[in-house]
Amino acid sequence: MLVEILQTVLSGISIGCIYGLVALGFVLIFKATEVINFAQGEMMVIGAFIAYSLITMLNLDYWLALLITILALGLFGMLLERFVLRSLIGEPVFAIVMLTIGLGYAIRSGVSMVPGWGTDTYGFHTPFTDKNLHYGDLVISWEQVSVILMTLVLIIVLFCFFRYTRMGIAMRATSQNQLAAVYMGISVNRVFSLTWTISAALGGIAGILLAPFTFVHMNMGFIGLKAFPAAVLGGFGSIPGAMVGGVIIGVTESLSGVYLPEGWKDIAAYIILILVLMLRPEGLFGIQEKKKV
Amino acid sequence: MAFFEARDISISFGGLKALNRVSFQVEEGEVFSIIGPNGAGKTTIFNCINRYYTLDEGTFVFGGKDITRARPYAIAAKGIARTFQNIELFKNTTVLDNLLLGRHRHRKTSFLSEALFLPWVRKQELRNREKAEEVIDFLDLQAYRDQQVAGLPYGVQKTVELGRALATEPKLLLLDEPSSGMNMEEMEDLSYWITDIKEELGITILMVEHNMRLVRKVSDRVLAMDFGVVITQGETKEVLEHPDVLQAYLGEEGAATRS
Repeated sequence: MLVEILQTVLSGISIGCIYGLVALGFVLIFKATEVINFAQGEMMVIGAFIAYSLITMLNLDYWLALLITILALGLFGMLLERFVLRSLIGEPVFAIVMLTIGLGYAIRSGVSMVPGWGTDTYGFHTPFTDKNLHYGDLVISWEQVSVILMTLVLIIVLFCFFRYTRMGIAMRATSQNQLAAVYMGISVNRVFSLTWTISAALGGIAGILLAPFTFVHMNMGFIGLKAFPAAVLGGFGSIPGAMVGGVIIGVTESLSGVYLPEGWKDIAAYIILILVLMLRPEGLFGIQEKKKV
Repeated sequence: MAFFEARDISISFGGLKALNRVSFQVEEGEVFSIIGPNGAGKTTIFNCINRYYTLDEGTFVFGGKDITRARPYAIAAKGIARTFQNIELFKNTTVLDNLLLGRHRHRKTSFLSEALFLPWVRKQELRNREKAEEVIDFLDLQAYRDQQVAGLPYGVQKTVELGRALATEPKLLLLDEPSSGMNMEEMEDLSYWITDIKEELGITILMVEHNMRLVRKVSDRVLAMDFGVVITQGETKEVLEHPDVLQAYLGEEGAATRS
């Protein structure tokens, strides 16, 4: 019994980490540009397909493939910002959000047209495939542990970046007050560019990490629909909130999948979301903006 | 050659000529004030210098270089800092962090050097911290040093904004109505600080201000404008007593006495 709960929770945490990473992509872009990028889930699709091609078709090492995928997605995000989104600066936010929805569709269809990718489902081997840890009755798959560990490393790197580096601090300043940031000599264009680079790269990593669980498919980006409540749950705009929100949703989903009747699994995330928003409308980690009247 | 110069600058919004062939020169080490009724175009000049707007015609020259088309963030890098009429601070951080952000243009690090925390990076960080502390001492902000900006009184926030501008170590400081919303005591302090900034720190100041007492007290020279054109400019006393300036202000002054 206890073993089963532990295993369920652990698998919930690992899938929750992936929700969290995608949510983090939403949050970073939202904080910097006030735009919600509905194509964030599609970054995962591209990431997973690139990794699949590198590992299965070119027989590259997993870690090398991971690195190349991160760089490729970063570059993709940067180009997207430079050539698509930058021209829309100053337009109403809803127009830009609509554009990201369109981008999402375009990417999904684009992926299905690439020879060798198409609409089929693929998988690839990772160094963690079929390896388990045993503690008495408890069996933990390395695949899940690796997701959690890699997410942790990523979070620490991002934390240090935002806390200590010149560009990271500039990004935080810009999200608080763009006008003031410009007059401190911060290039807002560079901040936006870097934001999209990092968010796209995070999406790519999430795609690679998710691949062993859901396999590689053009529609795997729909997981963004679960990451979105994760971001809202944490208080849209909070970086730790996105991760905690992701893990909460992952664990809830995983527990309700095992202990509740069929169907609850898919709505559990939204029930939690509605409850939290009723009790704490600003989200778990959100800062309530007080307006002086 | 002038330290800072505006040459025949013009800008229109729709049919309204907000600035119409305005020219002036600011000499190094002086306090140059721009006065005029509401809507005269004073803040518009600042917004054009900062490239928030782009001039239709005319040029800005700073330190011998044409900065009319420089990128907005590059203006700060050239040593021009500004404060705002309505405060623009990083509200959810402390006073100290706001001042440290003012140091952005002096941080010359890359990801690699930061990750390794090389000795010179450490030295630079210490220098930035030192400079921020100097500003805190200069403006008597010690009591608020580690407090969140959002909760501070208005006058203190204005002071923090001035401090952040000073932390950038500017050559030219643009002050947009520095005294608005300040009480009498804070305004007294402000007038001393402005003089100290000029004399001790050697920073040239270009100021837009409504309060004539402050203008009279700190300015070396004054430019008066109305409806986007220059009425007159010159020595403070001359300008403030110029008949056309009095004329432009009469309505406002009259209203002030009545209320």
